[in-house]
Amino acid sequence: MTLELILFIILALVAVAAALGMVLSRNTVYSALFLILNFVTVAVFYLMLNAAFLAMAQITVYAGAIMVLFLFVIMLLGAERIPGEDKLPWQKPLAVFLGFVLLVETGYILISRSGILPPAPTAGEGFGSPEAIGMVLFNQYLLPFEVTSIVLLVAMIGAVILSRRVK
Amino acid sequence: MLPATYYVGLSAILFIIGVVGVITRRNAIIIFMSIELMLNSANLAFVAFARVHEAMSGQVFVFFVLAVAAAEVAVGLALMVSIFHTKHSIDVDNISSLKG
Repeated sequence: MTLELILFIILALVAVAAALGMVLSRNTVYSALFLILNFVTVAVFYLMLNAAFLAMAQITVYAGAIMVLFLFVIMLLGAERIPGEDKLPWQKPLAVFLGFVLLVETGYILISRSGILPPAPTAGEGFGSPEAIGMVLFNQYLLPFEVTSIVLLVAMIGAVILSRRVK
Repeated sequence: MLPATYYVGLSAILFIIGVVGVITRRNAIIIFMSIELMLNSANLAFVAFARVHEAMSGQVFVFFVLAVAAAEVAVGLALMVSIFHTKHSIDVDNISSLKG
């Protein structure tokens, strides 16, 4: 067992446990905190995959901005504990069973076709650095980049209009 | 580097947990967070494949997913706040009509 494999297994266990905690928690605030833990472990996976810039973006944008927004809305609504009654009692077991079937299916495909992915070459100099991302983003993907700014503008206007109280 | 299959497998597990969360929970905020989990697991697969094929495009796509997720969260949470003001609940079973 190499050091990298041990690190991967520990982090994978933390990530899966945090995801399960997010789905199973009764309290919405705990769910949000579990999700932050999951995002941080995924950021560490990005570091292991030579994507340092994305790891930092993940922590600032996802674990920082988006989750603060979530926590803010949860606190604003006072929605920490909303008692929910089950109208469809058979739905939960069925959902878990179907999820398990999907997992077995994916696992089977991954194991039976494991040779289809070529072994990773050693990463070239500067792979995943902000400079390399910037070169691709502003040369090859300039138009999508500009469209993204319009998406963000529309989302901003939409959020302002939706949260305005009608008089 | 570890085989990419490990990362793709982990990403599949996280995605399925997100799917089960969307189907089983009734709280709209938890459903929303499960969707974020699914987006994030797809990002992990993107970065793993980018590393295997040594293609920067995979990482750039994660960048776009990040931006779209931020926009989606802003609109979605604003919707949730306004639904809560009219219905006093964010249980998705109570939000079944389109009339405000």
